[in-house]
Amino acid sequence: MGVMKRMSGILQAKTNKILDKAEDPRESLDLSYQKLLENLQKVRRSVADVTTAKKRIELQATQLQSQADKLQQQAKDALAQDREDLAREALARRAALAPQLAELQTQHQQVADQEQKLIVTAQNLQTQVDAFRTKKETMKATYTAAEAQTKIGEAVSGISESMGDAGMSVQRAQDKIDSMQARAGAMDELLASGALTDLTNPVDDIQAQLDQVSATSTVDNELAALKAEIGAGTPAQIGPAEGDTPKESGGAPA
Amino acid sequence: MIVRILGEGQFDVPDADRATLDGLEDALNAAVEGHDDDAFASALAALIEAVRRAGTELPADSFTSSDLVVPFSDATLTETQALLEEPGGERT
Repeated sequence: MGVMKRMSGILQAKTNKILDKAEDPRESLDLSYQKLLENLQKVRRSVADVTTAKKRIELQATQLQSQADKLQQQAKDALAQDREDLAREALARRAALAPQLAELQTQHQQVADQEQKLIVTAQNLQTQVDAFRTKKETMKATYTAAEAQTKIGEAVSGISESMGDAGMSVQRAQDKIDSMQARAGAMDELLASGALTDLTNPVDDIQAQLDQVSATSTVDNELAALKAEIGAGTPAQIGPAEGDTPKESGGAPA
Repeated sequence: MIVRILGEGQFDVPDADRATLDGLEDALNAAVEGHDDDAFASALAALIEAVRRAGTELPADSFTSSDLVVPFSDATLTETQALLEEPGGERT
């Protein structure tokens, strides 16, 4: 037997459980309607769960991206201060964030797909609820005829089938969220610990070194300015002190 | 015949297209039996495309049972194999 027939059997087995509960076909109409309403609520709750999971991923991606941007800026600052070692370190850390960001983007896409599917499922179920509400009353009124009995059976198994489908969609979305939950938790911890150069930690080690370099050069500049002031009175001393000139021309391309 | 694509809806496919679907399903069956992920993904995509193309989508309030059921469009082989082990999915 092929996959399509076997899948049909699985769906049938799931839906028979719902049908078995009712003995009177008319009772099965009300039961199906009640189940349909419960199903709709379930799908809606699932949409909310998936949306929450999606938002969490978006938040993590935003945090990671701003850390990557910050490291990029630090690399630039480091180069401007002639600290290639620091720039290299910042870029290396930034590169290490890339796979995590890519992973989050993949997860985001998957969750967004699930969300979209469940929204469509909810819309379809809502249409069925609205249509079935009046249809079941019409069917009950015509129940006495044998053909109506058959039609009730058909309608009920049709509706049970789409509930089975919706149930599987919800289960699937839930499984996806569950499998992401553990990784999302680990990522939250990583972000909170500052292991990825957390922004909430205002001065990280690269920044500290950059600040140090910048403070030193400020002192150097002030020193130079002071020397120039003093030197203005005694021009003869300035000439031999011009040891910095070759370095400056070497760093010109920056 | 009525074909349901899980998570999507039902399609009324003319009986004349049965042979086409059968051929595409054979590829899907082979991929499941042969545990071939790539073959499974492409066979599933081809089957779904054929159902959508040949069939007419039923309105959500049609309340009809399906003759055949196609896995979710983004189903993986692993997931489908697990599903086929459930009650009702016996090969017989």
